[in-house]
Amino acid sequence: MKYLMLVCVDEPFEPPAEGLDPQPWVNEMDGRGVRLFGDRVRPATDATTVRVRDGETVITDGPYAETKEQMGGFDIIECRDLDEAIEVASKHPIAAYGMIELRPFWTE
Amino acid sequence: MRERLAAVYADEWGRIVASLIRLTGDWDLAEECAQDAVAQALQRWPRDGVPDRPGAWLTTTARNRALDRIRRSATETAKLRQLAGETATAHWDVVEEAADVPDDRLELMFTCCHPALSVEAQVALTLRTLAGLSTAEIARAFLVPEKAMAQRLFRAKTKIRTAAIPFRVPPAHLLPERLRSVAAVLYLLFNEGYSASTGDDLVRQGLCAEAIRLARVLAGLMPDEPEALGLLALMVLHDARRPARVDDAGDLVPLDEQDRTRWLRPQIAEGLAILEAALRRRRPGIYQVQASIAACHAEATTADATDWAQIAGLYDRLVRLAPSAIVELNRAVAVAMAHGPAAGLAIVDDLAATGALAGYHLVPATRADLLRRLADPRRPPRATARPLSRPAPTRNAATWPAASPSACPDHKLARATTRVLGAQISPASL
Repeated sequence: MKYLMLVCVDEPFEPPAEGLDPQPWVNEMDGRGVRLFGDRVRPATDATTVRVRDGETVITDGPYAETKEQMGGFDIIECRDLDEAIEVASKHPIAAYGMIELRPFWTE
Repeated sequence: MRERLAAVYADEWGRIVASLIRLTGDWDLAEECAQDAVAQALQRWPRDGVPDRPGAWLTTTARNRALDRIRRSATETAKLRQLAGETATAHWDVVEEAADVPDDRLELMFTCCHPALSVEAQVALTLRTLAGLSTAEIARAFLVPEKAMAQRLFRAKTKIRTAAIPFRVPPAHLLPERLRSVAAVLYLLFNEGYSASTGDDLVRQGLCAEAIRLARVLAGLMPDEPEALGLLALMVLHDARRPARVDDAGDLVPLDEQDRTRWLRPQIAEGLAILEAALRRRRPGIYQVQASIAACHAEATTADATDWAQIAGLYDRLVRLAPSAIVELNRAVAVAMAHGPAAGLAIVDDLAATGALAGYHLVPATRADLLRRLADPRRPPRATARPLSRPAPTRNAATWPAASPSACPDHKLARATTRVLGAQISPASL
């Protein structure tokens, strides 16, 4: 089962003094063959939202949802079941500061 | 005949559904085929007589029906595939004898009570799949429109499938946490039934019996888990007071005024024996401690004979195991009973200062009562227990507000625990 892991933080995000290095997590999950792909994304201030209405493309500056929590990165993981996905997500360093949303892929 | 079938149904439903979910992975199919098997029994048993092993008969019938339906739909798929130029690959194992079917109810309990489902969904699923209550019955018990309850069940089953919530007993490192989740749902069910008192609430009262039945299954399937035994002991001991809890007018009778000769003594003896078996394992937990408190009350032949010092000590342990403002308030009352109103008042004042129970009527009520007792030492001490003897604030199943939302703000399990411990304040304990 594939899951999209939305790695979310409260913006503006201030990492703790000792820093947050996701690399050991990435290495572990790549090694286990669980993590398929992922990356950090730029903050919501750099987002562009696109809508097409009545054939017209409407562009707005900023994210589609004006919430405090914004996606700071994402990973696609492939797990046996939700328990394994929860275990993988809970080990991500951001889980201790922000939150991680697990969304199962529509098709499997 | 119908009674016989009803008894078999209550005993076997969860087992049949669990085994069919294991077999097919399809929750709806499992329920439908279990239902079909019961319908067939209603038709055939009056004519042919009740089979020697009615449970096995129902299980086998339901499994055959499920395999039949899967085969048929596989044939249809195969026909479509042939049309599309593919070959069918489906084949099915031969059904084994029902006698060899393992008991899958434990897996089912852990799946129904998976923390990725909302507590409302956990409760509804448990009642539907394990206890066999109809959607309409569950809706009535929780004062929710039937359509909303059907939607809740549908959403929960969809999430189990699409998010791949596993059907299994969790591995050892997850077990304590997940067992708490299962126990919380069963105890919540019990309290929903226990807080019901009037005739209109008959469905809700039935929840007590279902909760005890399921707690027995849980304790039977996890004999090495002292908290499973503790939970069962707690329910059995509370339930033993049932005949004395309501007066002729249908009003709840406070514990200190109950006619203790009406308590169910054999059931108390059973509860005490279960508790003893749990305590022997020397792995304490919140249910064992709560059951120990219930045991103190059960063993007191009069209200005055209650061992309040021991109860105060048990609340002390409970607060340390699961810190909660509601438990702390209960502890204050027990301490006041054991060591005098001043000692209790000090705890209530500390508690009020934290603001954790702001707006909760039992804080000022308890405080006022303790102050009265301080001013008039001749006042009978049992009066203290009275404010807490009233029913807890209504816990509406539709929203499940935690008794004290600020006590444990953001941890889901902690919230569930608070909710369960919040039930403590119901007439059950004081």
